[in-house]
Amino acid sequence: MDVFTDPDNIETYTTGFLWILKLTVAAAIGSGVLGVLLAGMRVSPVPVLRAFGTGWVNVFRNTPLTLIIFFCYFGLYSALGLELADDIDLNNFWLGVVGLSVYTAAFVCEAIRSGINTVPVGQAEAARAIGMSFLQTLRLIVLPQAGRAVIAPLGSILIALCKNSTIVGTIGLMESSTAMKDLINANGDAVIPIFLVFAGTFAVVLIPTGYFFGWLSNRLAVKR
Amino acid sequence: MSTTDSVLYDHPGPRAKARNAVLTVVFGIGLVLLLWWIYRQFDENGIWDGPLWEPFTESETWTAYVLPGLWSTVKAAAVAMVLSLVFGVVFAVGRLSDHRWLSIPSGIVVEFFRAVPLLLMIFFIFFGIPFLTEQPMPPFWAVVIGLTLYNGSVLAEAFRAGIKAVPRGQSEAAYAIGMRKNQVMREILVPQAARAMLPVIVSQLVVLVKDTALGYIIGYTELIQNGVNTLGANFGNVVPAAIVAAIIYIVLNASLTFFAGFLERRTRRTGRAPRIKASPGTPVPAGAGAVVEPQG
Repeated sequence: MDVFTDPDNIETYTTGFLWILKLTVAAAIGSGVLGVLLAGMRVSPVPVLRAFGTGWVNVFRNTPLTLIIFFCYFGLYSALGLELADDIDLNNFWLGVVGLSVYTAAFVCEAIRSGINTVPVGQAEAARAIGMSFLQTLRLIVLPQAGRAVIAPLGSILIALCKNSTIVGTIGLMESSTAMKDLINANGDAVIPIFLVFAGTFAVVLIPTGYFFGWLSNRLAVKR
Repeated sequence: MSTTDSVLYDHPGPRAKARNAVLTVVFGIGLVLLLWWIYRQFDENGIWDGPLWEPFTESETWTAYVLPGLWSTVKAAAVAMVLSLVFGVVFAVGRLSDHRWLSIPSGIVVEFFRAVPLLLMIFFIFFGIPFLTEQPMPPFWAVVIGLTLYNGSVLAEAFRAGIKAVPRGQSEAAYAIGMRKNQVMREILVPQAARAMLPVIVSQLVVLVKDTALGYIIGYTELIQNGVNTLGANFGNVVPAAIVAAIIYIVLNASLTFFAGFLERRTRRTGRAPRIKASPGTPVPAGAGAVVEPQG
């Protein structure tokens, strides 16, 4: 483990995971907001909005994230001249956040929509029968039940988002997987420890997160 | 769609119909304006210029760049799929084993590879393993091994849920007629679970096809490397090439998703295969036809 006594290497490691953390948090917020909006569109009574939501989901869910990130860099930045920050790292970071959000929002939308579909029709019918308005039905009856059903899928989407944020390394951000690649190339004699430290960090954080969401969704599950 | 409609609102009456019509027009105009704006942005930056798209009218572009790239993508996805299926079955059965020395290590392996980002794995295989073996690692195998370890682990969890979902009477009956544990697993549980898991397997294929794109990062000549990067460098049309590649991916994956949905409906109709109950916390997608795990 000599590699990790060198302060430079430690810094490479920490900056790498700091980028992952920032990407995950920013894209989680972005895709969360976007995903809820899209889900709202997909269940709305307006056909145009439904078509837009369906189109978004089909386009972005079926395109590789690598290509989306690639397009954010070469399309939005190089070709269209969209600059999101002066600093080059920060600019790449925001381009990555855009790509990750746009991609992940499609999955968030589908998770929420299937959550709404798990609520039995009778629930909403009963709510309308006692004279609740559309918004009351949605707010008091449907969403609280749907919200519990989507905890597990949203949890696995969050975990996948964290793992996917390594792909932003493609456009030159020194995130953890690029950091690991550089460390491996510089320290050919310590390949296994380097891999175990990087992969282990992900495993130590993400495996408990997965169990936590599983536990939470079991605990909050609507018992029918 | 129809279920959602009826959960959230009544059948529209005259007033609601009028309101919906107004909203349709308003949002329709907004959408058209948005699309027009995007079109203008592309236009101002010269992305619709004829010369950039001209290469796609020549057959040589397709035979020299796009199709070989697509073939490499499909090849890597197919080989990785076969290997992940084997990996998945072996580790699912291993994790369900009664012997702790088998089930615990299998569990650790599956959980570990599910938690490690695929790109990190591929980087380790491609850049790290050569230091250990003193031999260069072909990008194709780096991609395939990485994909197998990740998707195999995901499938292992799916199979495990599938095997558990086979009604208990099946294995009880098998034990009652004197079958051994091994026979019950091999001849009773796995075949039934496999049938029920078919839609999940096909959906996982979508994930695999998308994930081969990671090969671009280590220089595997798949669709993005060949059809976007190289082609774009030769003709100076990266963005049009990326749009064409995206369309190919979307068509390919949408057909696979449709096929998975078809299989799921078919399985449900005949009703002989056990149904997977999506208990919370298991990675089995709720509607098995849908790809829930958004891996790159």
